[in-house]
Order: sequence, then C-alpha cells, then structure tokens
Amino acid sequence: MGQSQGSPRRGRTVRAAGTALAAAILLSGCSDSEDVPVLTWYINPDDGGQATLAQLCTEEAEGAYTIQTSLLPADAPSQREQLARRLAANDSSLDIMSLDPPFIPELAEPGFLAPVPEDVAERTTEDTLEGALAGAMWNDELVTVPFWANTQLLWYRESVVEEAGLDMDEPVTWDQVIETALEQDKLLGVQGIRAESMTVWLNALVESQGESILANPEAPAADLQTNLDTEPGSRAAEIIGMIGSEGLAGPGVASMDENQSMLLFQRDQGSFMVNWPFVWAATNAAAEEGAVESELVDDIGWAQYPRVDEDTASAPPLGGINLAVGADSENQELAFEAIECIVAPENQTEYFITNGNPPSSEAAYEDPALEDDFPMADAIREALENAAPRPQTPFYNEISTAIQQEFTPISGVNAEQTPTQTDAFIVEVLRGERLL
Amino acid sequence: MTTAPETSRRQKREAAASHGRTADRKNGSGKKRTNRAKSEARLGWLIAGPAFFIMLAVTAYPIAQAIYDSLFSFRLTSPDDRSFVFLQNYMTILSDTGVFWSALGVTVLVTVVTVAVELVLGFGLALVMHKALLRIRGALRTAILVPYGIITVVSAFAWYYMFDINSGFVNSWFGWVPGIDSDLDWFANFGTAITVIMASEIWKTTPFIALLLLAGLAQVPDELVEASKVDGASWRQQMTRVILPNMKAAIMVAVLFRALDAFRIFDNVFIMTNGAAGTEVLSLLAYRTSIGRLEIGLGSAVSVILFACVLLICVIAIKFFKVDLASGTDAKGGK
Repeated sequence: MGQSQGSPRRGRTVRAAGTALAAAILLSGCSDSEDVPVLTWYINPDDGGQATLAQLCTEEAEGAYTIQTSLLPADAPSQREQLARRLAANDSSLDIMSLDPPFIPELAEPGFLAPVPEDVAERTTEDTLEGALAGAMWNDELVTVPFWANTQLLWYRESVVEEAGLDMDEPVTWDQVIETALEQDKLLGVQGIRAESMTVWLNALVESQGESILANPEAPAADLQTNLDTEPGSRAAEIIGMIGSEGLAGPGVASMDENQSMLLFQRDQGSFMVNWPFVWAATNAAAEEGAVESELVDDIGWAQYPRVDEDTASAPPLGGINLAVGADSENQELAFEAIECIVAPENQTEYFITNGNPPSSEAAYEDPALEDDFPMADAIREALENAAPRPQTPFYNEISTAIQQEFTPISGVNAEQTPTQTDAFIVEVLRGERLL
Repeated sequence: MTTAPETSRRQKREAAASHGRTADRKNGSGKKRTNRAKSEARLGWLIAGPAFFIMLAVTAYPIAQAIYDSLFSFRLTSPDDRSFVFLQNYMTILSDTGVFWSALGVTVLVTVVTVAVELVLGFGLALVMHKALLRIRGALRTAILVPYGIITVVSAFAWYYMFDINSGFVNSWFGWVPGIDSDLDWFANFGTAITVIMASEIWKTTPFIALLLLAGLAQVPDELVEASKVDGASWRQQMTRVILPNMKAAIMVAVLFRALDAFRIFDNVFIMTNGAAGTEVLSLLAYRTSIGRLEIGLGSAVSVILFACVLLICVIAIKFFKVDLASGTDAKGGK
C-alpha cells in the first residue's frame, strides 16, 4: 500500500503491463481453444507415462487436437466410483478414460461408453494378446481399446527352490509351493488384505481349474448363478485357507497388499510370491538405493503362475488399463483418433520400459530393447495369453466385495463352508435381500 | 461474578423488554407500533433471510431428496431400472442382522465408550487448565488443544501407521506388555482394532470436551465454592455438591455434542480397517452402499436411518435430560 502511494507512476506502469499481459493471455487462450479441440484424458496414476503419451500424440496430431490429462484417484475402486458418477451425470468432458477391465461391463451395459468404430477396432486389436482382448469385450462386442495389460507371475528365490530341488522350468503347483515353504520354514507372498486383490487371487485359483466364478455372467442380477460351491471352488478355498491357517503368509497377512507382500518376499524369510511385474522394477530400485542387499536381485527368479492341478495349465490374473470414450463426449471421432495414436505398439513398448506396464499388443514385445530392463517380458507375454479376466458382469463390484468379505481373514477360510456361504451371500445381495 | 449494578441493569432491561412485549400485544392494532413491528420483522427477514434460505438449500433439500430417493430401487449404473419400492429398502436394512445391526451395535459401542472416557479425561484436563499450573497456563491450554486441531484423516493415518504390523513401532516399544508381541496384528481382530479406533477418537476429541467443560467450570461462582470451604466441605463434597451441580448444563451440552459426533464416526474406521474385522459403523455402511455400490436408493435409506438415530439422540437429550442448549446466554437470564 505504502509503495503504491509513494510512487504513483510506477504503479500505473505496473498496471498497464499487467493489463497487456492479461490481454495477451486471454487472446492466446481464446485462439487456442477455438481452433484446436481439447480432449480430456482421465488417467490412473502412473510414473508420468500417460502424460508423456498425451504430449506425444498431441504433437503427432499437428493441431487436430490437444490431449490434456486429468488424474483419477489411486485405487481402482475409487477410479470406478468417480468415473461412474461422472458418466451417470452425462459429463461431456470424459473424452478418453483409462479403465480397469473388471469395471468395463458395468459402464458398458447402460450405454455410458461410446461404441468403438469398426475400423478402429480392427486396427487396434490386430495383434492383441488373447487375455487382454477378452477383458476389453462386453456382450461379444469390443467396447474399449486395450492399452496395456497386466498379469501375475510366480516369483521365487533361487536359493529356496535349489534347496527344495524344484525344477522351475516345469510348471509348479500350489501344493509344491506350500510344501516347500512349510519344509524350509519360509513365508509366502500372497495378498490377504480385504481388497480387490482377494478376488484376483480367488478368481485365478478357480479359473486355473477350468471353472469360472459365475456360471452365467451376462444374466441380470436376480438370475446370476455362482459356481463357488463346487469342487474347484472348495479346492481354491482349501489352498487359501491352508496358507492362512498355517500362518504361511506371516502374521501381517490381514493387511498384506501387493506392496507389503513384495516387502515380505524381499526379506530373509521370502520364498515364493504371486505378484504383478512392478515388483521387478521396485526391487531393482530398492537394491540401487541400498534398501535391500544387492545380491537379492540375483536370487530372484520367475515362472508362470502356479497350477492348482498338475495337469491343467494355470490361468493367471488379468489386469491393466483399457481406453474408452464417454458416450457424452463431444469429440468422439477425435478421441478414437487419439486412442489409436496412444496404443500404437511402439508407444506401448516405450510405456513398458519407462513405466513398467506390459503391452497388450504382441508386436510391442518384439523390441530388443526390452530384454535389458525386463528379462521376463517373454514370460509375461505367455502369461497374458493364458490370463483369465475376473467375472465380466455389470455387478462385478457386488460380487467382488462379497468375496472379499467372506474370504478375509484368510485364516478363517474353510473349504467346506466358505464357498457355500459366499455363494448364498452373493445371490442374496444381488436379489436385494441383504446388505453388503 | 455478578455485581449489584449489573443485576439491576439486567432487571431493568428485562422489565423494559417484557413491557415492550405486553405493549405490542395490547396495541396490536395501533398504527405506530404495527409499522415499527413490521419494519422490525422486515429487517429481521433481511438479516436472517439469506442465511435461512441457504440453510434450506444445503440441508433441508438434500434431506428431503434422500428421503425421496430411499423409496426407490435405484442404481446409478442402471438408470433405466429405477422403480418405486416404497419401504422395501428399509425392510431389507432392518431385517439384516449380519450387516446393519452389527454396524449399529459397533456404532453405539464406540459412542458410549468414547464419550464416557472422554468425559472423565476431559474433566481432568479442564480442572488442570482451570486451576493448576497457573504459570504455564497459556502453553498448557495450547498443548492440550493440539490434537483437536489435527485433521481426523491425518490423525487416523498417524495412528494406523503407529500400530500397523508392518510399519508400526507399538509392537516393539510395548513388547514387554503381556499380549503385545511383534506378531500382533492390531487390525486383524475386532477387539484390538476397535480399541485402536476408539483410542484415536478419544485422543483427538478429548480436548473438545475439556474446552466445553472448562467453560462450565468458569461459570461456577467462586463465592459458592468459598462458602462451602468455610463450611468445612471436603474436596469431594465441593465437587459433588457445588461444582458438578452448577455445571450440569455444560456437561450435558458436552455429552450431547460429542455423542452426536461420535455416532457419525467415519474417518478412523475408513482409514484403519475400512470395515474389516467386524468394525463397520453406520456412516461407513451408508458410504459403501451409496458411493461404493452406487445403490442410491438403499444407500439413502441407510443415511435416513442414521439421521433418525441422530435425531433420536437429540430428542432424548433435550426432552429427558433437559439439556439447555442456550445456557450461558441471555436467553437463560429470564429464568
């Protein structure tokens, strides 16, 4: 205040300059938004890879459109909540969305997602890995474009399997994994927390026996039938319950998510772990920082997800991100154009190298540069061929939440009762007879 | 302390006010008075009106909307299947022993235990702030109030990481206490999980109760306490016969406010267990149903029931325990 009173001339100059600057900003802002449509891409948090791709494709578009990213919450259920609320409210800003596959049917069924044009579908799924493609469909139609695909591997400590005399080039079963841990007094890295990871685990166990949690995933809520009260269901519960009651996942199993199980695996008691490939980059980073011993990295090996039956190939979990366009978007054509740019195989490779998220396109694995950073890229590709999606139904959230409630804590899981109770619980919830 | 001149001023003021009221009534048809009354009423509306309408818009409207929505079976992601089911949602909720009644039970348990413990601790703190350690009174009051100034979500995370089996230090620091060892997962069992949740709640909101009780303590006239001392009352007798009866209004207000607050507990449970290990409370159930499951109808019904419970607590407190929310203000002066 004192300053402006003391030097009126300077104040005037500053004001004039300020006005000119504001005018310049306004004018340039206007001309930008008038000429070039801005596409908003709702992204899940990553290491900055999606923002880089947005910039790259904006440049490639040469003025046809600008992609602007907008960050969604950290965990998948919260992302679903926000997107569902916006879609239900006819938000026209949802030009491009990064979607977690299990929630696709729920958003596709009410017509919240714009249909993928046939030519786009053809070009973007030419060489998509089978598992990833299955997760992008609803009612036999492609409703989203696969971007990156995730799956779990069985990670093991070389020292442990050597002592047990296991041949890791051959498929391994859960029984072998449990037996080895029991014999050597080691711990298993599994996800016992009451969260989405519980459904991921159970689904993989059931699918690995050629069965699905839902008998008729496309039926309306009241007619959905669950398959847990079956031989495969009780076998899955037996494995989970065994690990729980024997304390094989350590005392902190009830709060063990993907990250905590990685930390457990890194400790001396670590033996086997089922987890997503992010653990490789994270463990390497920890070794570089000195948080874990540098020899640890050399002791880590990987194999395909464990089998339940010796003779049936395992069906590893499927994750990842698909891209969809909102039905109320005003720039649908441009949005699909942008999506084609984003999911180009070379961009998927780059995204894998920089952010650690595996491609959904087979061609993207052919880059020799992958070998250095991700020596397990081939194993991931193989797993993605066999990966099975979680139940594809608009009521996935209910089914998953019910499973999480019934199957945690895992020490209380019982092969006789838990599957029967879960079946009954899910059916009652879906008929609206019970709360969840 | 009320001095003699003050008392006489107040009496005059009240007499004037009551005269004014009688005059208003008597001269209801008098032109002058009516005009004045009218303009006062208009001024009153001008001053309070905007606030009144904003309150209607932000509280009454959502409540009415929730009650309306609770009569429908309506899921946000299947907008075409919306149907009127009348009280079906309430029947579903009230007949659900496994989820609703258990959540209600946990909520009541948390309310009763935390309010009781906070009342005792808060009274102790209020006494300390009021009388003891006069030299560091300012610093002491600030220190006691710090937990209350912390955002609940932040304090919930702090308590969570303190007790978490993977990152917490409680298990190693208190390993010498029987029952606590490095393998104890506090959030895996109901007993331990609810204890941590309640401890965090108590730690955070005891200062609030202490503050309300301090205001109550300050209202107890010193001469009464001194008179009882002269009569030879013991400390205990001073408390039960003089201090507590004189601050009953403050205690009841503190209990009511905290009970309403505790009944709506959400943050601590959401952060620490998210309802696992049987620690689900009503607010969390309402949140999970409306926001998580996107079941707007059923979720609204849970919210309406939660609101009804809160209203019930208010009614019980005000009707049966005669909590006077206006105590300590001029409204009481006339009594």
